[in-house]
Amino acid sequence: MRAPAAILLRQFYLMRGSPARLVPLFIWVAVDMLLWGFMSRYLAAIAPRMHFVEALLGAALLWDFFTRVMQGVTMTFFEDVKSRNFLNLFAAPLSVGEYVVGLVLSSIATSLIGLAVIVAIASLVFGLPVLAYGLAAIPFLLILFLFGVALGVAGSAIVMRLGPAAEWLVWPIPALISPLAGVFYPLSALPDWMRMAARAFPPAYVFENLRAIVAGGAPSYVELAAGSALALAYLALAGWLFTFVYGYAVRTGLIARYSAESVS
Amino acid sequence: MAAPDILELRDIRKSYAGKAAVDGVSFRVRRNEIVGLLGPNGAGKTTTINMILGVLEPDSGSVAVEGLDLARKRRRAMARTNFAAVYAQLPGNLTVAQNLRVFGLIYGVPRLSQRIDEVIAEFDLARFRDTRCGVLSSGEQTRVCLAKAMLNRPSLLLLDEPTASLDPATARDIRAKIRDFAAASPAGVLWTSHNMHEVAEVCHRVLFLSKGRILLEGDPQTLPAAHGRDNLEDLFIAVARESLRGAA
Repeated sequence: MRAPAAILLRQFYLMRGSPARLVPLFIWVAVDMLLWGFMSRYLAAIAPRMHFVEALLGAALLWDFFTRVMQGVTMTFFEDVKSRNFLNLFAAPLSVGEYVVGLVLSSIATSLIGLAVIVAIASLVFGLPVLAYGLAAIPFLLILFLFGVALGVAGSAIVMRLGPAAEWLVWPIPALISPLAGVFYPLSALPDWMRMAARAFPPAYVFENLRAIVAGGAPSYVELAAGSALALAYLALAGWLFTFVYGYAVRTGLIARYSAESVS
Repeated sequence: MAAPDILELRDIRKSYAGKAAVDGVSFRVRRNEIVGLLGPNGAGKTTTINMILGVLEPDSGSVAVEGLDLARKRRRAMARTNFAAVYAQLPGNLTVAQNLRVFGLIYGVPRLSQRIDEVIAEFDLARFRDTRCGVLSSGEQTRVCLAKAMLNRPSLLLLDEPTASLDPATARDIRAKIRDFAAASPAGVLWTSHNMHEVAEVCHRVLFLSKGRILLEGDPQTLPAAHGRDNLEDLFIAVARESLRGAA
């Protein structure tokens, strides 16, 4: 675990030495919590029986956690893109697997910071009863974490293959998925074809069950197991994609001369 | 059984879009030996080095570091290798000490803190220890790269124009350090440079690469005379011109 720890340590050094890197870990999710918190409070005042704080604010909290996990992976990867560090890293005794584990460890650290901040705001400022989700909170977070890591690894593979400019293809991925994830509305609100497509995205299982709990029902552990299995499948696919792109980059010399000028 | 050579390349080839960049190169680097890899721009030196570093896969042929085949035992081979190149500076947003710690961990260097102190002292970097590499001069950054390259006491040290941005006094000092390193440790060094005086001073053997092939090989002290030239630089120019004529 020395090599993955080195990637994590590098991120720690960068965060410690740069407020510009540290502040975004929590500032945007904090603003998001305030936005959805006041929105939920306003809607709860209009319709007190609809549990808007638990449903909307809880959903926003989980979605922010998911995006932080994905960005935790990609941000760490982009540090190596921007500092042109691939040659130094991959000419060292570092395997692709260890590198990806390093990205994930960095993501765990940064997303936990973001999660702590948003849970604090949601519960202390807006009274979100985070414990109300019970044990179901564990598969909720697990599914979103696995899927966030999968998208982060896949996004990193895209940038490795297409070049630094492809960063702008990666940032909007959560926004592209969100209509199908049913973050703020039930899947039944979607047309049939979108509802079927939504079932291919693990977050849809999380948010459907979140609403079921808020409505006083019980979570479907079968559905959550299906969401977990799907998230694991995406993770395996993302790992395969990254390894495939790395292999391509080693065959073509892309790793050795990787820069904005040589790719894309 | 005799210990394997530090580096052995067997008939490695690499083509880009059907054009051979390296075309059947074979050579060895032995213990305590400094080998100069020379050639004009585009001769295939960096392509060769990238294949030795495992960041470029040969189309065919094999690379072995201390008998460890790079294709099958990459991690073990890379743990015994290190490099410094003008085009591979360390991340500028980390300090000298931070970079050395991060790479020391990746290379699995034992007693890392002590080793970092040693290479910082060896390459006269103490006053830059907590300075970000990005604000150092190019010569200072080169010394940081060399410090990184020596962190794991490599068996195989690859240096791609290591003194290109150093002032003459520092360059001389670095040459002496590398010579001492090769003499005192069971290591081999592969050195590329366009400075023929430096190559003649440092290298025990030189390989002239042109259009992806080794054209000449020998002792830099005797090779020029053997080919009717006064010195290594004249021989280099003759080989490079021949190479350009061939390309035309």
